[in-house]
Amino acid sequence: MTEKAHKGVLVYAEHNKGIIHKVSYELLGKGRELAEKLGAPLYAIILGPKDIDIKELIYRGADKVFYIEDDVFNKPEEMLYKINLVEAIKDIKPEICLIGATTFGRSLAPRVASALGTGLTADCTELEIDDSDKLIQIRPAFSDNILAHIHTVTYPQMATIRYKEFFEAKRDINREGEIVKKQGIIPETRLVEILEEIKGDGIDITEAEVVVAGGRGIKTPEDLKLLKELADLLGGMIGASRDLVDQGYISSDYQVGYSGHRVKPKLYIACGISGAPQHLAGMRDSELIIAINTDPSAPIFNIADYGIVGDLYEVVPMFIEKLKRQESIA
Amino acid sequence: MNIVVLLKQVPDMEKVKFDSERGVVDRKSAGTEINPFDLNALEAAVQISEKLQSQVISMTMGPPSAEEALKESIARGANDGILLTDRAFGGADTKATAVTLANAVKKLSSYDLIICGEKSVDGDTGQVGAEVAEFLDIPHVYYVDEVRKIEEDYITVVSNICGGRYIKRVKFPALISVTKDINTPRLPSLRNKMMARKAEIKKWSIDDLKEYLNPEEVGLKGSPTRVKRIEVPPEIKRQGKVCRNNISSFVDEIFKALKENKILEG
Ligand SMILES: Cc1cc2nc3c(=O)[nH]c(=O)nc-3n(C[C@H](O)[C@H](O)[C@H](O)COP(=O)(O)OP(=O)(O)OC[C@H]3O[C@@H](n4cnc5c(N)ncnc54)[C@H](O)[C@@H]3O)c2cc1C
Ligand SMILES: Nc1ncnc2c1ncn2[C@@H]1O[C@H](COP(=O)(O)O)[C@@H](O)[C@H]1O
Repeated sequence: MTEKAHKGVLVYAEHNKGIIHKVSYELLGKGRELAEKLGAPLYAIILGPKDIDIKELIYRGADKVFYIEDDVFNKPEEMLYKINLVEAIKDIKPEICLIGATTFGRSLAPRVASALGTGLTADCTELEIDDSDKLIQIRPAFSDNILAHIHTVTYPQMATIRYKEFFEAKRDINREGEIVKKQGIIPETRLVEILEEIKGDGIDITEAEVVVAGGRGIKTPEDLKLLKELADLLGGMIGASRDLVDQGYISSDYQVGYSGHRVKPKLYIACGISGAPQHLAGMRDSELIIAINTDPSAPIFNIADYGIVGDLYEVVPMFIEKLKRQESIA
Repeated sequence: MNIVVLLKQVPDMEKVKFDSERGVVDRKSAGTEINPFDLNALEAAVQISEKLQSQVISMTMGPPSAEEALKESIARGANDGILLTDRAFGGADTKATAVTLANAVKKLSSYDLIICGEKSVDGDTGQVGAEVAEFLDIPHVYYVDEVRKIEEDYITVVSNICGGRYIKRVKFPALISVTKDINTPRLPSLRNKMMARKAEIKKWSIDDLKEYLNPEEVGLKGSPTRVKRIEVPPEIKRQGKVCRNNISSFVDEIFKALKENKILEG
């Protein structure tokens, strides 16, 4: 058999200002599985500022790490990343290239794929290798209503992968691997200039273990305090349906759903939310779902583990009171 | 200044039927509409044009029936509509779609800004925009939720990316994709609706683009990704205990389960 022109699985390791994003470890976990089936090496590439602790990528399973080191990569400027990533992929020639479907990954990946003249499958939730060693990419489409199985006929076979779909690769500090450092290609003229980062309050609802979400059943913005109190007692955050965001009750940082954030907490409490498909798309993978709604026919009850047909203004205070009582006993 | 809005006609998601037994999507039962995120893109373009006296051209690749979507875009403030339609364009993935759109943009006499939606509700990839930008070799900024400033050669926007909000200044020509947070699309006025009905929509086939486009690059032929199979997953059923009366003791039962699942400390 002739040597394959493209070999190996390449994981693009995302970072934010030098801190490696956890999706990278999830991709290395899955990447290892794919690489083993193919009998091929697992590579990681990171484009980042100086002094990232990239051994971590080896501990998490990479055989070889490419590190393009430059402080310009402290800022999310896709064009700079693109030029560098494209050149690196041309050198490495992997058969598969995986990128996290974070906002940055979703902006960068299509640029890179088109520059390489290859296909790209978005937002995959599962990856497999078929009998002819080709990658099967499984992804939701039609607003999460179907799952499509997709093949790519060009190389590398590229996909973006949703965060929190796969388990993080186990960390083994005895693992060894090679590190290849490279200099970045930094063009003189830049078409995009990042003037400023607007400091937000650093809210990231996707990391919350408990989400107490409100929908149109909430009558005034002040009433969100009730949900906040419950969320605080449970060590979680509040969330909202799009309706509350559109009404200006709360910022879109808290919106759960198809056009908001996808969350996967241990516990999701939906208060006064009907359960429209676009809302379910953002929370249906939560471990445990509790729904409180006055309407027994609300679709949210179809996916709830515990449904309470009742007025949230009575039920939520009951939760709060019982939790407080328990705390005072403990 | 010329602004191109890329918009897609999509099935009305509330009405599409998904058959999990046979694994098929029945689009025909549903009506069509403009992709909701593309209405935000159009509104953003119209708002800019009101300030700067610019032209807004909406462009779509789709079946002949997508003419309706372009007429609606005129009712909503676009000056012109261009429909890329040809059997040869059928079966396109995001790459083939982007190649087609990008080359049609090249055929325009000039353009400064392309605006698209964050994603389409059926294709659902969010890839087409950045791919169009790559094929045109122009910069792109994604997830824009605010336009801050427009100068002779630059647009300054806020991009909601990487868990932060970044003010980015981009040189024209450029492409931006917008989120629903950028604006609230207005409804078409009666006058505009009348005007739209009479509007002439330009239709370009592969022949009209032959100076720019190779037939091998479009449609199914030009698509490196192939859908092998689709599957309509059945709704996940949960244990679904529902309670209407005696809520207090039900809440106690829930707390017990939460402790067993280690979600609450015991
Ligand atoms: C392209 C697109 C993207 C979208 N993206 C999202 C998204 O990301 N997230 C999202 O949430 N939606 C999204 N939507 C909107 C979605 O379709 C629904 O309109 C929305 O989720 C409804 O919000 P809701 O459940 O709060 O309101 P409603 O549907 O009005 O439901 C309110 C519920 O509260 C109950 N209720 C009222 N009073 C009380 C009370 N006192 N106690 C208990 N229950 C009470 C009612 O019985 C009702 O079931 C999107 C739509 C489109 C077209
Ligand atoms: N066939 C098409 N015609 C015109 N614009 C499109 C088409 N497909 C996608 N787009 C644009 O690209 C964006 C992203 O679409 P998608 O990559 O399909 O999620 C959409 O919001 C549209 O602005």
